Amino acid sequence: MIYLSLIVLIPLAAVLWQSAKGGAGGFLQQVSNPEAIAALRLTLLASLVVVLINVVSGTLIAWVLVRDSFRGKGFVNALIDLPFALPTIVAGLTLLALYGPKSPLGLNIAYTKAAIIMALLFVTLPFVIRAVQPVLAELDHEMEEAAYSLGASPIASFRRVILPNLLPAILSGTALSFARSVGEFGSIVLITGNVPFKTEVASVYIYGQIQSDNVSGAAAVSVLLLVISLLILLAISGLNRWGTRHDR
Amino acid sequence: MSIAARNVSKKFKDFVALDDVCVEAPTGSLTALLGPSGGGKSTLLRVIAGLEQPDSGQVVISGEDKTGLPPQKRGVGFVFQHYAAFKHMTVFENVAFGLKIRKQPRGAINQKVYELLELVQLEGFAGRYPAQLSGGQRQRMALARALAIEPEVLLLDEPFGALDARVRQELRVWLRRLHEEMRVTTILVTHDQEEAMEVSDRIVVMNHGRVEQVGAPQELYEHPASEFVMGFIGPVNRLGQTFIRPHDIEIRLTPNGSTHEATVDHLIYLGFEVRAELTLKDGRNLWAQLRREEAKSLELESGKLVYVSVGHSRVFGRPAEEVHP
Repeated sequence: MIYLSLIVLIPLAAVLWQSAKGGAGGFLQQVSNPEAIAALRLTLLASLVVVLINVVSGTLIAWVLVRDSFRGKGFVNALIDLPFALPTIVAGLTLLALYGPKSPLGLNIAYTKAAIIMALLFVTLPFVIRAVQPVLAELDHEMEEAAYSLGASPIASFRRVILPNLLPAILSGTALSFARSVGEFGSIVLITGNVPFKTEVASVYIYGQIQSDNVSGAAAVSVLLLVISLLILLAISGLNRWGTRHDR
Repeated sequence: MSIAARNVSKKFKDFVALDDVCVEAPTGSLTALLGPSGGGKSTLLRVIAGLEQPDSGQVVISGEDKTGLPPQKRGVGFVFQHYAAFKHMTVFENVAFGLKIRKQPRGAINQKVYELLELVQLEGFAGRYPAQLSGGQRQRMALARALAIEPEVLLLDEPFGALDARVRQELRVWLRRLHEEMRVTTILVTHDQEEAMEVSDRIVVMNHGRVEQVGAPQELYEHPASEFVMGFIGPVNRLGQTFIRPHDIEIRLTPNGSTHEATVDHLIYLGFEVRAELTLKDGRNLWAQLRREEAKSLELESGKLVYVSVGHSRVFGRPAEEVHP
């Protein structure tokens, strides 16, 4: 508990205190700044899109890694963790080189919203996969066979038997990838160009505020970001409890 | 509603699981596939269910060739050793699964499910999840789930294998009664000879992917066709090429012309039955099965010198004949 306080709670309290310095009015004024609102909106929308893509692609990739056997599977499996290992600024640089103005693919998405999505997809790739993979591997294959013998097609058996059992894992992977998306900075800052009202995300906005010596503005937006993330994490963990109600 | 597997062969890489196997289960029968693990009995059951494709041979259910059909279209109820319960569904939803897939009206589903829950004695458990049931209850639920689709045949793969001895005993009796009531053609896979003899009316003994012998329980016990069957169905003593059931060894206190001298090594009391471990004069070991009173009246004890005579024994490898050692 003391450790948790030292590492997590005290810094959070400091941010809260910083944001409260200007009083309630000051706080409201800071977060109702149109640029701040645009940045927050963009962050949340982009995270939502990324999370939705991750749910589908992550489950699919986990499925292939568990159920199919192909040459180089071990290598692909190891590759999944690369975004974890790579410093995010390096990820940003890589993306800029690939999709930037000098793209060897002729694909220039730098300074667009698509670039934000691209960067977030890269850094959040492992979350859903790594959450679903062990659960899928442990899943009792006989449950599927029982479903088949009871007349369920492979699709029906996936929908009615496999998916409900994967749901808690998918949700927890989703929660992590959402949290990461909301706070991501390093991989985004290079490729988005940080155009206010267009490609500036919340974390970059906060950074900008600090640079221009508006610490309480930065803290206020941080707190709002924190509260939103917390609410969404709580909602997902509530869903998760509902999804695993049969285990208790 | 009969089941027939004809000349079925199946290999897993280099391992021959089934080698030209022919098995028939007549309409309304309860047939046991009995054998040691790795003998091919579970593979045969899975081939009949369509969960495994044979390399060659045919599966015929109710006179129809079903070899190429997927499990969904075989009209087969399958019960797994480890229940394969749908963990995220209640008992009711588990049993209703096959009916929902068949898009039956809700009223009909409700009626059918409660009927089945009563049949398997789980009336009060409809709203529970499998995690809240005991092993025996889960297996009864799995049976109700398989019966819900009114299968032409019922296939049970070591259904009591994961349960403790007492529950297993109860469920055997229960299954026997259920079968007498429903008369669904059933094949039961087991490695437990006692279970096979207690529950089924026909036993198919399998070993190394082949059928060793088929017959009624008593027939197999009294006229085993091979060394393997004799050894697998009931206990046996082996003296060279000769096989003797422990209850066919008579212990006497005085010799007559055909007895052999032996020493009692150890006595094991199993309630009604007493086992006497003996060493013959030539050093060979065997054991005899006696009733409690017999052991008492002979005043048997470790180290005592006795004379044994063999009532009935078998020699395999040559044409089967009755011999006396």
